[in-house]
Amino acid sequence: MTDRFPGYDVLLKRNTLSWNEATRRAIDARLSVHPGPRFFSSDEWKTLRALCGRIIPQPADRPPVPIAAYIDEKMFANRVDGYRFAQMLPQGEAWKAALAALDAAARERRKLPFHELPPADQDVMISLMAENRLVGPLWRGMPSQLFFARRVLHDVVNAYYSHPTAWSEIGWGGPASPRGYVRLDADRRDPWEAVEAHPEEEQDRARAENRHVV
Amino acid sequence: MSFEDHVGDAFAEPRARGGRAPDVFTPGGYVPMRQYDDDEEVDFAIVGTGAGGGTLLCRLAEKGFTAIGFDAGPFFRPLEDFASDETEQTKLYWTGNRIVEGNDWLIMGAKNSGRAVGGSTVHFAMVSLRFRPEWFKARSKMGYGADWPLDWREMWRYYEEAEQALAISGPIDYPWGPKRPRYPYRAHPVNAAGMVLARGAEALGMAWSPTPLATVSAPRGKSPPCVYRGFCRFGCSTNAKQSALIVWIPRAMAAGAEVRDLAMVGRIETDRRGLATGVHYRREGQWRFQRARNVVVAGYAVETPRLLLMSANDRFPDGLANSSGLVGKNLMTQPNQAVFGEVDEEIRWYKAPPSTTVTEHWNYDDNKDFHGGYCWMAQGPLPIEWATVLTGSRGLWGAALREEMTKYNHMVGVKMVGEAMADERNRVTLDEEKDDDGLPIARIHYAWTQNDEALIRHALDQMELSMKAAGVRNTFRQEQDANHLGGTARMGDDPRASVVDADCRSWDIGNLWVCDGSVFPTVGGVNPSLTIQAVALRTADRIEQLAKRGELCRRA
Ligand SMILES: Cc1cc2nc3c(=O)[nH]c(=O)nc-3n(C[C@H](O)[C@H](O)[C@H](O)COP(=O)(O)OP(=O)(O)OC[C@H]3O[C@@H](n4cnc5c(N)ncnc54)[C@H](O)[C@@H]3O)c2cc1C
Ligand code: SF4
Repeated sequence: MTDRFPGYDVLLKRNTLSWNEATRRAIDARLSVHPGPRFFSSDEWKTLRALCGRIIPQPADRPPVPIAAYIDEKMFANRVDGYRFAQMLPQGEAWKAALAALDAAARERRKLPFHELPPADQDVMISLMAENRLVGPLWRGMPSQLFFARRVLHDVVNAYYSHPTAWSEIGWGGPASPRGYVRLDADRRDPWEAVEAHPEEEQDRARAENRHVV
Repeated sequence: MSFEDHVGDAFAEPRARGGRAPDVFTPGGYVPMRQYDDDEEVDFAIVGTGAGGGTLLCRLAEKGFTAIGFDAGPFFRPLEDFASDETEQTKLYWTGNRIVEGNDWLIMGAKNSGRAVGGSTVHFAMVSLRFRPEWFKARSKMGYGADWPLDWREMWRYYEEAEQALAISGPIDYPWGPKRPRYPYRAHPVNAAGMVLARGAEALGMAWSPTPLATVSAPRGKSPPCVYRGFCRFGCSTNAKQSALIVWIPRAMAAGAEVRDLAMVGRIETDRRGLATGVHYRREGQWRFQRARNVVVAGYAVETPRLLLMSANDRFPDGLANSSGLVGKNLMTQPNQAVFGEVDEEIRWYKAPPSTTVTEHWNYDDNKDFHGGYCWMAQGPLPIEWATVLTGSRGLWGAALREEMTKYNHMVGVKMVGEAMADERNRVTLDEEKDDDGLPIARIHYAWTQNDEALIRHALDQMELSMKAAGVRNTFRQEQDANHLGGTARMGDDPRASVVDADCRSWDIGNLWVCDGSVFPTVGGVNPSLTIQAVALRTADRIEQLAKRGELCRRA
């Protein structure tokens, strides 16, 4: 994957006017999330971690975002979204049922637990789920496609993009209170915004400049 | 002093009590607040303190009525409680469970309802548009939907009052509709994302405008000007945004109103005469009863019918105000589809309020083969929202998703707010499942009508044309999205075909009122909150007139 914003670290702004106390508190708590699992069983946990690893494959050269831990925490605290499609189970139950169903499907089709499948085979299983082709009593009436769209993608993607590492990766300014921004025109950057390394350019210049983005 | 010492957790216990309430403008500060005993019969118990309830609470108090505003949500202090963070700020939304079903089931929670003193205006996007005059008579003038029992000229006066009260920042000349005075505050600068909309509109020969926004472009009282931080939909931590929480609520309390935060109303009581006598509410774990001469329901289009239905009793077995059978029916959301794409320039659409430009072209051009209109606006989704669009609309996941997300700073898009048609099959009912207060949760059925689908197709085509004309590459459509609610306690002229009259008073129970987004018989093709507030301003004036004439308490 291209590193568009080399060296940019949104956390460097933590002690600047871009972060207020409420933001620091919220992000500090996020960065010290309970490693889990408190909600999932150890079998479910293995499947969940493998699944998260395929929905958001993370590079080996940086500490991974603890996606599964965020999901475990959300289910443990029962923080709900405010709606549930009639055919879906309540979120925690839905996750438990679906992880068991996904794992059983892997064992049935590939003779291995889901988390031991090679990544390409895990992707095949995920695609089957996304296409509503995983069925059976373990799904407890939930369409697997709906579970994939409404729970897997929702919870995994929300977890990943709630982490400063993901913010730095996409060059987002991150928290911005009370300072906000001044330059609103196209191709104008405030000094506290990420520098993009244009593919044809040297990454080094951007990397050097991004060290001063605070 | 540490944060916890003087502020505490907004959810842990009520903040408005002991004769004082939070001063939203001063860290740790309080303002004095009048309080009423449960046994003291107040003139008005208002359920919900958002766009409708907050406005009404303020104006009734200013007119000398005794009034209490109940809100299930907390009393936030924006300066201290609001983080710049999408996840943390989900605390602003109504995230209690609701069951959704139907072909085009609605995503609730973050997408459409708040739970806080100030209601959904605490996290709304501040777009403040007036209805097209003909929409108030959609049935007789445009051939669809239902007529409002209100006259647009009268509404024009109340729009102006609302715009002044909210110090709307907008252009000197607004391109559509009858002439209106210039907006109280100058328009905000158009950000890069807004300029792309402008480019696209001009290429198609359409007018565009800086969006009239409820955030100040210059200092106002204790509000500093907007700093373009772009977190408006997650709570404005600077108080630039003119939400009900910082505009109507402080005014209401200064005029003698009480606000009860963390107070969930579970039931409205009626007596043998069939009149409302007060509300049962739960605060600090205890059920209590507040006596009131009038009850106003202002909980928005899901909670309002839910409360009316939950209050069913022997005399009103189908719920209160429901002799028409229409409570909960005709739910309308607004189509909120979008077209997105990429440009070479760095747009960085996270800067500034999300919609700095708008085109209402198709609200005023009737050359279409479906009913209703729509506008579209520039966009500025934050990362989680944006990732949700990519997974939902393009089915991206895995490495492809991460790669696509790195183009974030080069993305642009426009999103519609469209007019959905009322349909009785789209409705709110009570489910068997109970919430933490032991109350039945809402079940919400929704499906677009054929007309809605035609309107959405038209809008997607037009938006895509405009984006391409603006030089946007690799465009794609977000085909499923909806926002803003209305219709579940509609106003009208006929007691058999509506729930409340033009004054927002229920036909069945003379001292029971509904004053929020639920009263809309049609939703028009613009965001609703300015209209909700204008209707509330009118309702306050009407209540004052009725009181003077001794007509406030009408028998059932
Ligand atoms: C993300 C988002 C962006 C938006 N952007 C815009 C925009 O740019 N422009 C615009 O015009 N509109 C916008 N809206 C819509 C607008 O915010 C709402 O239409 C408007 O606030 C509705 O007003 P209301 O008075 O009907 O209800 P609300 O403002 O939602 O207030 C209802 C209040 O009632 C309380 N309540 C409900 N039931 C009970 C009960 N039983 N007991 C106690 N309290 C109760 C709730 O806690 C809530 O605080 C947006 C909405 C969202 C979600
Ligand atoms: S952009 Fe302006 S209105 Fe929006 S959150 Fe920031 S300061 Fe508030």
